[in-house]
Amino acid sequence: MKLKQLMLSAAAAMALVAVPASEAEAAKVGGEVTNFDFSFQGPFGTYDRNQLQRGLQVYREACAACHGLEYVAFRTLSDPDGPELPEDQMRALAEQYEVWDPELREYRTAEQTDHFPQSQLETAPDLSLMTKARAGFSGPYGLGINQLLKGIGGPEYVASMLLGYTGEEDMQAGTMFYYNEAYGGWLSMAPVLSDGMVQYADGTEATAEQMALDVAAFLTWTAEPKMMQRKRAGFTGVIFLTVLAALLYLTNKKLWAPVKRRAKES
Amino acid sequence: MSGIPHDHYEPKSNGAKWLHRRLPIVSLIYDTLMIPTPKNLNWMWIWGVVLVFCLVLQIVTGVVLAMHYTADVDLAFASVEHIMRNVNSGHMMRYIHQNGAMLFFFAVYLHIFRGLYYGSYKAPREVTWIIGMLIYILMMATAFMGYVLPWGQMSFWGATVITGLFGAIPGIGDMLQAWLLGGPAVDNPTLTRFFSLHYLLPFAILGLVLVHIWAFHTTGNNNPTGVEVRRNSREEAEKDTLPFWPYFVIKDLFALVVVLLIFWIVVAFMPNFLGHTDNYIEADPLVTPAEIVPEWYFLPFYAILRAFTSDVWVVIAANWVTFGLIDATFFGVLAMFGAIFVMVLVPWLDTSRVRSGRYRPMFKWWFWLFIVNFVVLTWAGAMPAEGIYTTIALIGTAYWFAYFLVILPLLGVFEKPLPEPDTIEEDFKATVKKTSGNGDQGLKPEPVPSE
Repeated sequence: MKLKQLMLSAAAAMALVAVPASEAEAAKVGGEVTNFDFSFQGPFGTYDRNQLQRGLQVYREACAACHGLEYVAFRTLSDPDGPELPEDQMRALAEQYEVWDPELREYRTAEQTDHFPQSQLETAPDLSLMTKARAGFSGPYGLGINQLLKGIGGPEYVASMLLGYTGEEDMQAGTMFYYNEAYGGWLSMAPVLSDGMVQYADGTEATAEQMALDVAAFLTWTAEPKMMQRKRAGFTGVIFLTVLAALLYLTNKKLWAPVKRRAKES
Repeated sequence: MSGIPHDHYEPKSNGAKWLHRRLPIVSLIYDTLMIPTPKNLNWMWIWGVVLVFCLVLQIVTGVVLAMHYTADVDLAFASVEHIMRNVNSGHMMRYIHQNGAMLFFFAVYLHIFRGLYYGSYKAPREVTWIIGMLIYILMMATAFMGYVLPWGQMSFWGATVITGLFGAIPGIGDMLQAWLLGGPAVDNPTLTRFFSLHYLLPFAILGLVLVHIWAFHTTGNNNPTGVEVRRNSREEAEKDTLPFWPYFVIKDLFALVVVLLIFWIVVAFMPNFLGHTDNYIEADPLVTPAEIVPEWYFLPFYAILRAFTSDVWVVIAANWVTFGLIDATFFGVLAMFGAIFVMVLVPWLDTSRVRSGRYRPMFKWWFWLFIVNFVVLTWAGAMPAEGIYTTIALIGTAYWFAYFLVILPLLGVFEKPLPEPDTIEEDFKATVKKTSGNGDQGLKPEPVPSE
């Protein structure tokens, strides 16, 4: 029995120590990331459709000038558990874009099956997977306990970074750099968000923080469009496996009972 | 198959007799499933079944993923995103496959530690142990190549670093590395061959698993006491054992489902927790990540690899003795492969005649220190290779080698083992009496089923 407990605690310790693989990025960044609350956090969390639609608007008006979303197809904007744009709106949105058609060898109006364009600016990374490519939390001592408690922190990082400009500027070799607290260093991306810069259709007040959270939520959806299906599969699986485990436990107990009784009696 | 006397399959119907004379396959399945298994196996004996499940799971999900994946440097990353977004249940398949590799390693480490603690590697089970080690090495090769396939930043740079190890071998290193990569650097030929081998090696593992099972079915299972099953007669053997079906099949299935429950929670609610965020950035040969970290299951050996810097005295000594042939990098490579090699040799390094650590009072302490050391090395492997971390890794590495090369050989000489029980039956009875102390089982009137 004692050995079993020790083995279990060793297993638990291994599981904890196993975490640091995901730490290095966060360790490098070393900036201040705020632990914002998002509707999709935790096992029961779901995307807020209105927030995703607002985030889409912020992306299109503030980010899209430089950053692409090359893995996101327009049609998925109407998918369930996403922004769920009505089909006609989604089609109209797609038609505002021009995409390169390799067969026609020219630009044409985008259709619903096309993807958002790639980044317009060489130095601007694509945003499709950004919230999975950044870690907001780490440590302590590379043990990853903060990630276990708060989540990896991709969306928190994106929101914190958008709000993290201190206003310090530095001209280096003809390029302007801006100090960012969340990044913990100088960025070539200028601060973009300012209060009231977009007019939300649903009447939400467009403060800088509201916009940062909305676009971070939207980018979480672009990185993980199947999150809701995954969590639902999670609950189905947990219920199924719990019942199965209980049945097998009872079967096993009954199966071994005569063997143990004989061992006890003799 | 096993040397333990037990009943064998007897074909009864004419059809069964007809088949049995031509192909005794039913007999083979019967004998495999009905193998007499020591009654007293504890919960650490479940990992074998978990591992077989992992292998099948990885092959099944992997085959499905391969239907949708494209092994081309320009398309690989996008094809993984295609799986995540457009393929029906593709996101689940991929997350199961990714986390399944981690479950596979988690289980294999516990399986190996169980073998080390209960002396499962000792005569007559050395061949089982060595085949197990071969499986483990193939698993590492397979997992490494699989990690390259999504073609993220960590895929690319991990491949660059690990194949660079072969480049550190003096003389033939550069040639060997170019041969492995299919060119001077990690590129399309590397990706296509890794894909091909990543598909092939699991089947080699499957073959070795069958041989592994065959080997321990020949010798019989070890058990927590390390005492052999009595084989003089069937009656005696039956006091020590129970047939694998149904007793251990049901027990193992129960344990497997509990493990899968935890696995499923990880897959469904935190699938990227144990991964690295950099692998969601497409590989870019021009941008080196700040830290190149392998997946967690490689970290102990990564720590050993990086522990030897050019200012460590053994490295300086080796360098001097070999006239500069062995430098710090090559020494680290030798240490990393050596760490696995000493583990392969453990059947001959452990001199104690007592198998189970349960009856070895001094061994226990060294063993648990070995486990703690493994955890510390895992942690050290994830930290930057500088300052205190390399020192910790160096101490951990020293203990790893000392455990196999000094402590285990000497313990057999100096340690006074505790008395072992005479039979497995005795141990089983003692355990049952201890764990069911409240006596409510005696009240049940149900009759003992005839067997």
